[in-house]
Amino acid sequence: MSTRLATGGRLIDRAKPMSFTFNGRKLGGYEGDTLASALLAEDEMMIGRSFKYHRPRGVVASGAEEPNGVLGLGEGGRFEPNQRATTTELFEGAVTRSQNHWPTLELDVGAINAKLARFLPAGFYYKMFMYPRSFWKHVYEPFIRQSAGLGRVPKDRDEDRYEHTYAFADTVVVGGGIAGLTAALAAAKAGQRVVLIEQTAHWGGRAVVDGVEIEGEAAEAWVKKAIEALGAMENVTLRTRTMASGLYDHGYLLAEEKISDHTPGDGRPKKRLWRIRAGRIITATGAIERPLSFAGNDIPGVLLASAVRDYVVNWAVSPGDRTVIVTNNDDAYRTALVLLDVGLVVPAVLDARPEVKGPLADAVRARGVRVLEGRGIAKVKGGRRVTGVSICAHAGEGSEIETIACDAVAMSGGWSPVVHLWSHCGGKLLWDEAQAMFRPDASRPATGADGEAMVVAVGSANGILRADEVLADAHKAAGGTGDAPNAAAEAEGSILPVWIMPQGAGYALRMKMWLDYQNDVKVSDVQLAAREGYESVEHTKRYTTLGMATDQGKLSNINGLAVLSDALHRPIPATGTTTFRPPYTPITMGSIAGEARGEIFQPLRRTPMHEWHEAHGAYWEPVGLWRRPYCFMRSGEGVEDAVRREVRNTRNSLGLLDASTLGKILVKGPDAGKFLDMLYTNVMSTLPVGKCRYGLMCTENGFLTDDGVVVRISEDSWLCHTTSGGADRIHGHMEDWLQCEWWDWKVYTANLTEQYAQVAVVGPNARKLLEKLGGMDVSKDAMPFMTWAEGTLGGFRARVFRISFSGELSYEIAVPASEGLAFWEKLMEAGQEFGVMPYGTEALHIMRAEKGFIMIGDETDGTVIPQDLGLGWAISKKKPDYLGKRAQERSFLADPERWQLVGLETLDGSVIPDGAYAVAPGTNANGQRNVQGRVTSTYHSPTLDKGIAMGLVRRGPERMGEVIEFPTDGGRVVKARIVSPVFYDPEGEKQNV
Amino acid sequence: MSNAVSALNGEVHKGFAEVAEAGLQGMITLRGDLSSAKLKKAVKDATGCDVPATRRIVMAGDKAVGWMSPDELLLLVPYAEAAATVASVEAALAGEHALVADVSDARVTIRIRGEKAAEVLMKLCPVDFPSLAEGELRRTRAAQVAAALWRSGPEEFTLVSFRSVAGYVMGLLEHSARSGSEIFTA
Repeated sequence: MSTRLATGGRLIDRAKPMSFTFNGRKLGGYEGDTLASALLAEDEMMIGRSFKYHRPRGVVASGAEEPNGVLGLGEGGRFEPNQRATTTELFEGAVTRSQNHWPTLELDVGAINAKLARFLPAGFYYKMFMYPRSFWKHVYEPFIRQSAGLGRVPKDRDEDRYEHTYAFADTVVVGGGIAGLTAALAAAKAGQRVVLIEQTAHWGGRAVVDGVEIEGEAAEAWVKKAIEALGAMENVTLRTRTMASGLYDHGYLLAEEKISDHTPGDGRPKKRLWRIRAGRIITATGAIERPLSFAGNDIPGVLLASAVRDYVVNWAVSPGDRTVIVTNNDDAYRTALVLLDVGLVVPAVLDARPEVKGPLADAVRARGVRVLEGRGIAKVKGGRRVTGVSICAHAGEGSEIETIACDAVAMSGGWSPVVHLWSHCGGKLLWDEAQAMFRPDASRPATGADGEAMVVAVGSANGILRADEVLADAHKAAGGTGDAPNAAAEAEGSILPVWIMPQGAGYALRMKMWLDYQNDVKVSDVQLAAREGYESVEHTKRYTTLGMATDQGKLSNINGLAVLSDALHRPIPATGTTTFRPPYTPITMGSIAGEARGEIFQPLRRTPMHEWHEAHGAYWEPVGLWRRPYCFMRSGEGVEDAVRREVRNTRNSLGLLDASTLGKILVKGPDAGKFLDMLYTNVMSTLPVGKCRYGLMCTENGFLTDDGVVVRISEDSWLCHTTSGGADRIHGHMEDWLQCEWWDWKVYTANLTEQYAQVAVVGPNARKLLEKLGGMDVSKDAMPFMTWAEGTLGGFRARVFRISFSGELSYEIAVPASEGLAFWEKLMEAGQEFGVMPYGTEALHIMRAEKGFIMIGDETDGTVIPQDLGLGWAISKKKPDYLGKRAQERSFLADPERWQLVGLETLDGSVIPDGAYAVAPGTNANGQRNVQGRVTSTYHSPTLDKGIAMGLVRRGPERMGEVIEFPTDGGRVVKARIVSPVFYDPEGEKQNV
Repeated sequence: MSNAVSALNGEVHKGFAEVAEAGLQGMITLRGDLSSAKLKKAVKDATGCDVPATRRIVMAGDKAVGWMSPDELLLLVPYAEAAATVASVEAALAGEHALVADVSDARVTIRIRGEKAAEVLMKLCPVDFPSLAEGELRRTRAAQVAAALWRSGPEEFTLVSFRSVAGYVMGLLEHSARSGSEIFTA
C-alpha cells in the first residue's frame, strides 16, 4: 500500500496538517501537498476510471502530464471538473470526487465495457454507428451522450473573479528549473527586461529532486541563491504558479497565473491571464518521462519512475513497500537509489537492454538489488492495484520467467522534451536517434517579425538531459558572458528504444498495453488503424482518439506514433508528430473572460438621461451597445398597452423621445460639400446654411447603408446625423475614404455623437412647450419645417432642428450632454400642462411606419438599394457620381422585377407576422412555394386601430390594390392589399403647422 | 451651464489605488496642419502650450495640449472656458483649413492615484507602463473601449474615455483596483 513516510518531504510542512474529502470520506494531508500526493499518502491508489472501458485508474505522473488523476474539485459556485490532482495544491477543506463512474468508484457498471473490449476497437464509433441511419437518433446518440465526457459540468454561477494583465519583456523565460534560472540570470545580467515564469509553486524543477550538484553545492541551495539574485534585480519579474499556455505570432505569450486556487474564497482573483509581448521566448520547459508499453501498464500502482522519486523526495510518499523498476535507460536507477535511501525495497530492476554498465547501475547493484538485463515485464498482475509482475525476456514473446510480488512498478521509457511552446508558432522538430526523442531543430525555429528566431529552447526542453550540459546550453542561449555555472553529472549509458515490451508480444498482450490511459487507446488499436489504412498520424489520432483526452497525449503521443511507424514499417521521423497547439494545459474559461462578466461583461452605453429612464419604468431595448427605452411602463400596464398609450399621446398632445444616441458627425473644410455629395445619393453642397436635408448613404455596391438628416452649419461645415447603431461605422467609413482615397481633399471630420444630449419634442403641443421655455423663436415663420437655429432655450445652450420622424409637429433639440438630464427634467416639468409623456423606440417605430418612413435594418438588410424603397426622389440624377451610383446601374439592380417597397393592409385588420413571405403560384426547383415578396415592418397601428405593414413586393408599386397572400404558422393565410406605404397624413399637414 | 453634471458625478472607489472621476473638464478637438505657424500661435495663445511632439502632452497650469494623431490635438482647459476657447481658436484660425469642436461633454475623465496606480491600468490597457515616459500621452483601449491616458502626477494617471461608457470604464477600474488583486505584492 502507498503511505506517508515518517520523515522527509521537502515540500510539505508537517506542522500544518490539512483535512479534505475524497468521495465524501475525510482524509488528511499537509500544507505543500498536491491532491495526488495527499491521496497517495492515504493509500488512495485508485482515484478514477478510464473513459471507454471504465478501467481502474491511479496516479501515474507527478505533473502536468498526468492523464489519470483528474477529479471534480469544490462545490457549488466553486465546483470545477477535470482538475489535475498532480498540479492542484491541497487546501483545507478541499472537496474532491472521482469521475466517470456509476454508481460508485469501486462498483462501476460501465466496467462491463472492458469485458467487451474485443468488440470496442479503434474506430468502433465510426464503424458501428453508421447503419441503420435511423438508429443514430434513437439508439446510438442517447447512448453516446450518456457515456460521453469526463466530469460534470458546473451548474452554478462561478463565485470567483478573474482578470488579465498586460506585460512586456525583452525575454520571457518559461520554466523555473535550473535551465530557466540560468537563462534568466544570463539575460538579466545582460541588462534585459526578463520575466521568468514557473507553472508549479516551487523553483528548481527536477534537479532539486535528483540531487544534482551545482557550483559545488546541492541544487536546492543553488536555486535558492539564484532566486534571491534574480529577485534583487529591478529588471526581473518572477512568477510561480504561472503556466505558459500558448505562444502566438510576434512574441505574444499567454500565461495563466493561479492566484487563489489554493486559498479559495480569500477575496483575491482566482486566476490572472498574463498577456505578454516578448522580444524572445526562452523555453526551459524540461522533459516528460515516457511510459513503457507492457501488458497491464495501466493498473493503479504503475507509475513513471521520475514520479516515484518526486513523491518520495517532495512529499515523503511511499508508493508501496516493494517497487519493481522497469526501464530502458540509466535515469530510472535514480529512482531505485531514492527508494533504497528511505528504506524501501526494490526487488529488482528490469532493464530491457541486454547489457547494463555505468555508475548508476553499479551503485544500485552495490546496494544488493538484482539488476536483470534484457528483461521486461510480460504482464502486471492485479486489478485495482498492482500485486506483482511477471518477468520475461524483452527480446521474446512474453513467456514468463518468474513472478515478483510487489506493490508498485516504476517505469521509464526515456524522456521527451516539452516542445509545445517551441512548436506553437511553427518551430520544427528533428528525431534524435541516439536519445530516441523528438527535439527542437535549432535551424528551423519559429521566427519573429525580424525573421530571427522568436523562440529558443534550452536544457532538457532542447533535448539535453545531463545537468552540466543543461546549464551550459541555457547560459549560452541566453547570451550569458563568462562561464556557465558548472554541475556534477554522472555518465549515463545510451537508451534502448522500446515501444512494445516484450518486443515480440502477441495480440493478447498488445491489447492490454495502454498508450492513452484516459481515452483507453492501446497498442493493438493503433496497429489496427495502421492495418485499416491510416498512415497519417493526424488521422490515426482522430480515428483512435489517441492523445485527444484532457492531457492531450503528453504521455502517449510519442509512444503511439512509434507504434504506428513500426506497424507501417517506416522510420519514426517519416511519421512525425501531431501538431502542438495551445493551450499547453487547459486554461479555464474564466481566465479567458477575465474581468468581462456581470456589469462589465461588455460596454453598456448610457445616454445622460439613462438613470431617469430607469427610474421611470423604462423597458429596455438594446440598440448597438446602447440601451434605449422600448417604452415606459406604468403600473398595471403591459408592454403593448404602454406603446399604444405613448403613440396616442404623442399624436394627440405631446411626447418626448431621448434621441441622444443618434450619430452626429461634423464634416468641415473647403472640400466638405464635394465630399458629402460623393457620400450621399443626393446633393448636400447646395443645402443653404440654416437648413436640413434628409440623405441616404450607400456602399460601393449600391446598397443602402445609412440614412439621416444633414444640417448645414456654416459655409464650410455640415452636421451629419446617422442612425444610432451606425455612428461609429459611418465615421469610420468617412475617414476611410478621406484617408485612403481622397487624401488630398481638404475635409476634417469629428464624431460629436456623445457631445450632445438630443431630445425630440413631438406632437401638436410641441411648440407650446418650447415657447413656454422661451429664449428662441420657434414659430412656423421663424423656424419652418427642415430648418434649424442655435440659441438659448429655457436657459440651455441649444441647437433646435425642426425635423420630424413621426409626421407630427416636431423639434429635435441638442444640448451639451452634461446638461442633458437637467434639460429633460425641465421639459417634463414644463410639459405637464400640455400632457407630456416620454415615449420609447417602439412608439417611434410605429409612428414612422404609419408615415411610411423606412428604417435602416428593417427595410434594408444589405441587399436593398434606395430605388427599391421608392426613394428615387432622394437620388440625384444630375450628379456625375456618388458612392454606389455605378453599382446601381448594373443590370440586376436596375431590373424592374426587383421587389419594391409598398404598404400592406390586411383585409381582416390583423397584424401580419414579421418577416412573412408572400407566396406566388407554383414551386421552385427545390419543390418550395414560389415567393413574390416579404414583410419588412409590421405593427398594430394605435392611430388607425388596425394592422399595417411595409414590405418588398415584386413590381410592388405597379400593383396597387392587388391582394396577396401570406401563409403563417399553423396554416393560417393572411390576405393583404397592396397600398401606399404612407398610411397616415399623406399630405404632411400635421408636421407642417 | 449651471445645470452641467459630469458623467459619474464624482464617483470614487478606494482599493489598492484610488479611482476617482475628475468632474467636468473642458476638452477641445482641434484638427489642422500641426506644423502651421498660425495653428501653433493659436494653440499657444489659447493654452500657453506649444504644439506637442508626436504622442506627447504639454501642460501649463490648468491647461494642456495632447497630440492625438498627425493632424489632431486635444486641448484641455477649464470646463467653463471651453466655449470661449473654441471661439477664440476658431477666430485665430480664420482662413486656415481646420476643425475646432467642443467635446467637453462627450468625455469622462478619471484619475487613478496611488503607489500602485499603474497596476490597475496594466490589467486593462496594453501599455508598457514602465516605459511610459513623463509627458507621454497614450491612445489605447481599456478592455473593450477606447481610452487615452498619461501620467498626471508622481503617483497619478489621468484616463479619458467616452461619456456613454463612463460607467463601464469605472466598473473596470473599480474591479481592477480591488484590494488583494495587487499584481506585485513584494
